[in-house]
Formats: sequence, C-alpha cells, structure tokens
Amino acid sequence: MNPLLIAPVILPAMLAPLIVLALRGSLPQQRAVSMLGTLALWLIAVRLVLAADLGGVEVYLLGNWPAPFGIVLVLDRLSALMLLVTATLALLTGLYAIASGWDARGRHFHALFQFQLMGLNGAFLTGDVFNLFVFFEVLLIASYGLMVHSGGAPRLRAGVQYMVINLVGSTLFLFALGTLYAVTGTLNMADLAERVSVMPAGDVALLRVGAVLLLAVFAIKAALVPLHFWLPGTYAHAPAPVAALFAVMTKVGAYAILRIFTLIFSPDAAASAGIGGWVLPAALLTLGLGTAASLGATTLPRLAAFATVGSMGTLLIAIGQFTPQTTAAGLYYLVHSTFAAASLFLIADLIAARRGSLALVPGPAIASQGVIGTLFAVAAIGISGMPPLAGFVGKLLILDASRGAALVWLIWAVVLVTSLLSVLAFARAGSVLFWDTSAPAADQTAYPGLPIPIAAAPLALMLLLSVLAAPAMHYMERTAADLHAPAAYIDAVLGPVR
Amino acid sequence: MEWLVASAVGVMTGSGIYLVLRQRSFPVILGLTMLSYAVNVFLAASGRLAVGLPPVLSDTAAGYTDPLPQALVLTAIVISFGMTAVLVTMALGAFIGSGHDRVEDDPGAPE
Repeated sequence: MNPLLIAPVILPAMLAPLIVLALRGSLPQQRAVSMLGTLALWLIAVRLVLAADLGGVEVYLLGNWPAPFGIVLVLDRLSALMLLVTATLALLTGLYAIASGWDARGRHFHALFQFQLMGLNGAFLTGDVFNLFVFFEVLLIASYGLMVHSGGAPRLRAGVQYMVINLVGSTLFLFALGTLYAVTGTLNMADLAERVSVMPAGDVALLRVGAVLLLAVFAIKAALVPLHFWLPGTYAHAPAPVAALFAVMTKVGAYAILRIFTLIFSPDAAASAGIGGWVLPAALLTLGLGTAASLGATTLPRLAAFATVGSMGTLLIAIGQFTPQTTAAGLYYLVHSTFAAASLFLIADLIAARRGSLALVPGPAIASQGVIGTLFAVAAIGISGMPPLAGFVGKLLILDASRGAALVWLIWAVVLVTSLLSVLAFARAGSVLFWDTSAPAADQTAYPGLPIPIAAAPLALMLLLSVLAAPAMHYMERTAADLHAPAAYIDAVLGPVR
Repeated sequence: MEWLVASAVGVMTGSGIYLVLRQRSFPVILGLTMLSYAVNVFLAASGRLAVGLPPVLSDTAAGYTDPLPQALVLTAIVISFGMTAVLVTMALGAFIGSGHDRVEDDPGAPE
C-alpha cells in the first residue's frame, strides 16, 4: 500500500483545524500555512499522476480491512488527473484570494478552503459509493461557507438557494444508495460492478431505479439541464476566487458520471443498458441553453456562469457517448474548461474592482484598460474554443471522436453554432466594457498589481495545454482505455483471487 | 410491518417535497428535515426488516440483522443534522439582512 494515496485527504484535513484553532489570530500565518499546504498538495498530485501512469491502479485499504469489507481509496489515471487539476486550480485561486485581499473580507477563508480541498480530493480517490456521498457532503459544507464568505444579504440569499438544492440532491443520493444496497448488498464500487454484471433478472428493475437516481444526483452537481438552475445564481454571487475554485465542483459531477457509468453501470451491462444514454440529449440541451442565456446575460459574472453551463454541456456531450475516443477527448476538454471558467471569474473580478459594478453597461474607461481588456479577450477565446488555446483543440477532438455517433449531425451542428454564439456573446460584452467607454475617468486609486498576473496564469496554462496537446492527449487516451476496460480496476481492488 | 414502514417513508417524502416547494425558508427547512427523516427510515429498511434479531453473528440467536444500514443511517443523521444547523444559520442571516425570508430568485437584485 502506498501511503501517499491518503495524503491528499489527510493533509488538508490536518491543516484546516490547525488554521482555525492555532492560527486564528494571524492572517499572514494562515496564508502561509494554507498556501504551503496547497503547494505540497500539488507536488503530491504530480507524484501520484506519475505513479498512476506507470504503475496502473493502486489501492489503499483504510484500517487494512480487506475490500469489500472496509473502505478503499483507489488511485488510477483518472483520479490522479483530477487531483492534479484540483491542486493546480487551488494554488491559483488561493494566491488570487490573497493577492486581491478577498480572504481578508471575512473570517476562516483558508480553513474552509482546505476543507473544500479535502472533500474534493476524497471524492476523486474513494472507491466506495457511500464514502463518495460523505466526501460530497464535506466538499459541500465547506463550499456553503466559502460561497457566503464576506457576507451581504444577496449573497446569503443565493447561498440559501444553493444549500437547499444540494440538500435535496444529498437526500436523493441517500435514496439511491439505499436502493443499490438493498439490491446488491454492497457499496464498494468494484464489488458493485461485479454484482451488477451477474444480477438476476428479477432484481434489475430496482437496480435501474437506483442507477437513474444516481444519475440525477450527479446531473445536479454537473449542472446538466434541467437540473442546472442552481449554478448561475451561485456562481454570480460567490466571491470571485471561490467561483473560480467552484469551476472544479461541476467537474466532480462529470467525474462521478464517468466513474460510475463506466465502472458499475457500463453501457455494455444488460442490467443498466440505456441509462447513460440520457446524458447526451441533456448535454446537447445544456450547451444550447447555456450559450443562449449567455447572450442575454446582463452582468459579467452571469455571463461567465452561463458560459460555464455551456462548457459543461460540451464536456458531457463527449462523456455521454461512453466510447473510449469521446472519453479521451472529453477529459482533455475537462482540463481546459476548468481553467477557462476559472480565468473568466478572476478577470471579471479585476474588472469589477476597477468599475465598481459588474453590469454590462457602458461606462468610463478603467485603470490598466489595455492589459485587462487583452486578458478578457484571451479568456473569451479560451472559453469559446477558438485557436490557439486548448479549447479549440478540445472541441476539435470532441467533434472528431463523435463521428461514429448516431446523432453526429446534431452534435456537430450544436457544438459549432454555439461556438459562434459564444464568440458573439463575449464580443458584445467586451465591446461594451472596453470600447463603448466615455473619457478615461481620473481614477487615482492604486490597485494591487499582483492579481493581474495570477488571473493571467490559467490562460498561460490553456496555451501550454494546447502546445503539449499530444502528450496530454496520450495520457487521456490511456485513461479512457482504462475506464472502458474496468477489469484491471476491479482486480486491483478485490484482488485477483476471489 | 412492511406496509407501515413503506407508507411512513412515502408520507414523509410526500410532505417533504410539498414543503420544499414552498416559497419561504422556514417551510423549506422543515421539508428538508422531513425528507431526511424519510431517507433515514428508508436506509434502515435497505438491510431488510427484522424484529428481535441481533446485529452480530451469534450461535444462540436464530439469525442476525444487517448492521451496515444502521451505520449508514447514523452517518446520514449526523450529516443531515449538521447541514440543517448550517442552513438555519444562513437562512436567519439572509432573513435579518434582507428583511424577508422568501427563497425565490430576484433577477433585478444587485450582485
């Protein structure tokens, strides 16, 4: 057993209480500990990606209880990739929160931040569906605190809505788990996969109910239409670094769909045939609706939030086809869309700090107009999927991989038309914000300079992902091949002799 | 007994859904509490209903009842209790801040 597997959960779980108990008086110390911890997390994630790419599936038995009796943490290429994306994003958003002073506008930002990372890492590593529920709750309860960080009545009201939606989702999750346990008698993912494949015909109906409930829960997390209503209000009201970190929260839903519906309810299994097929039409609707709504957005964070909904649609179009080619393309797009959405929220915050308002109405020119305007244009290129950033490569890969699909013409039409509409929406917003300006106002405020390069960093990452598309895509192809041949995962968890 | 448990889960879920769809925070919180009661009973029943059987293997008892759902219910109770506490605090904060406890979105509000 590789003890490094539990480190991404243990490390933030130890740091958060330390920050809240021992360092509560000193913000500089909180910042130092939180960022050093996140840096350590990033190094661990890099190490785990290398380990997963070389050594295949690794298993950590909690308390050394053999699976399926104890809870297992499982590291494969997919979970290692998600850990690395999360740690990278956390590093950037944490630094931005410090540089822009967001973490000083309320209490306990860094403690909640670490708890959030603990929940995210745990959700990506666990090999037990009930444990997945528990880590969902950990990341959600931290996100409730982060979402209302620095307070204010509109933010609290949006926070209540966000909480209510997610509590209903948690209840559905429990109903789904109860149903699955009643049918199969296990909650270990690998064991579930084995038992579902030999399910007697009489129990299949109940099993399918559980599968559909699980899909609904993950669709809420992934903001899949018609379960997307929580996202725009939440993201638009959340503090900017938190909204940027939440870019990976929707990906948790996408990850869970990918994991559960390739491992347990694979499209090939007779008991679960057709359930995953619901994802593709919903994803097409999500992309269409998210992009159409971003055309009508009246504020910059709402524009970014609806663009996030649209990018989740594109991602789930790839994932929802459940073939190795589309999965690989989808994973590549997942990495890109996480950083694209994060950069949009950070740049929106740069603009908001200088304009004082986020409404998309003409106004005086802002300080460092040229730099921020350029960043906004690059981020818009990124999220719309135009060259040279990784969004273009990602969309191209998704279109190419979808050629074998029955709905290929519909998929191509929706992806291409929405890309054009997305360019329009961002061109409109950009020209209102940066061109339709009155005489430069005499703004003498000295803005901190550091947030600008930090907000630009995700854009550089997107460019890097585009330049390194070949090695990245090879990794994604190996990941997708693993996911669509889950025997190695099941053997690693349950042992070859059963 | 099956009838009793099943109808209890059904009635509590139904009332929970009705209350969650109300437009004020207080009924919504009550509805979420009803839903979590319903799911707790549902989880307890997922290990099959048995009366008077120990949750451990024993040579003297006639059989045993599955202990795992009881552990799951315990976890679910703790989590839903904590979540309800956070929600009440936030709803109270939103009520004090905005002077009303309606939960619907108002697009015209400043962001």
